[in-house]
Amino acid sequence: MPTPERGATLEVSIWRGGAEGAMRTYQVPARENQTVLDIVTYIQRELDPSLAYRFACRVGMCGSCAMTVNGRARWTCRTHASRVVGPDGKLELRPLANLPVIRDLATDMAPFFDKWAKAGGRFQPKDAKDGAVPEEFAVVPPTSKQRREADAGIECIGCGVCYASCDVVAWNPDYLGPAALNRAWTLVNDVRDGARAERMEAVAGDAGCHSCHSTQSCTERCPKQLDPSASIAGLKRKLFWDTLLGRRG
Amino acid sequence: MMDLRPRSHPTYLAFLVHRISGLLLALFLPLHFWALGSALRGEEALEGFLRWTDQPLVKAAEFGLVVLLAAHLAGGLRVLALEFLGWRRRQKDLVALSAGLSLAVGLLFLLDVL
Repeated sequence: MPTPERGATLEVSIWRGGAEGAMRTYQVPARENQTVLDIVTYIQRELDPSLAYRFACRVGMCGSCAMTVNGRARWTCRTHASRVVGPDGKLELRPLANLPVIRDLATDMAPFFDKWAKAGGRFQPKDAKDGAVPEEFAVVPPTSKQRREADAGIECIGCGVCYASCDVVAWNPDYLGPAALNRAWTLVNDVRDGARAERMEAVAGDAGCHSCHSTQSCTERCPKQLDPSASIAGLKRKLFWDTLLGRRG
Repeated sequence: MMDLRPRSHPTYLAFLVHRISGLLLALFLPLHFWALGSALRGEEALEGFLRWTDQPLVKAAEFGLVVLLAAHLAGGLRVLALEFLGWRRRQKDLVALSAGLSLAVGLLFLLDVL
């Protein structure tokens, strides 16, 4: 979108309601510098205080402001309006797909995070099973293969963009999804972790990594440029060899 | 109707091509076996069928079949590289390479026909 003229407006249509609802359109002043989150905040503060949406940090760290922007899941605090508004000045905002809608742009993230737990997303220290702090620091060379694999996926902010972009989640509601599986792969590569066997079993079922069709929408849409698709491939690979070589309990 | 906006990226297209080519090839298999089976009824029956396939329209369909087969093979190799070798980088280049290989195989087939 070119630099907006003085007095120009954007036509922003927003989903209003829960599972049932309709789009409502608002006219918002176009500014040279505004994010999609700025636009939603303007509507809620100046035009319609009943609009429900979620945000916290506004700087791309907390992962709470993701929405469907012109058909694609995006983090709205770091999405500049000029990147997504077409030459017609129109913007379409809906809640994230594949999650229950609480109201308007706010979705219930509980199923998303429940799946992190199901995928064994919790770190289980090998040296301190009761949760105590180990006596010695673990030494993990930064250049080791496992450290690099863990590093590749560790910056996930849990925004749900990958989960909302995944067709397999839409087809199979039990599928653990890219973020939970990415977390599992990160921990499988964490040499300090002691729950690898249980975690591999948790991700091996019908709703686990083998359900992934490698469409790579998760990788394509991840705002942190992570590659959940490669993490899922890593889990598949490890399970393949563990099964073939009889290494699974 | 399905919203194409979230799915409009090369690796999704590669997934679609791989899946649809697989389904079409599965549909073709019974015809393939029927053609081979015709040999059991004697040389004449098979020859008759093979002469029928020399028609231009059947050759054109055969070109489509060859491209489907090549696309399914190249797409499958790409997925195997992703899953077994852990190739993370240049996925889109690999998609383009698979597409290029499939078309090249189709063109080679056409050159042989013409």
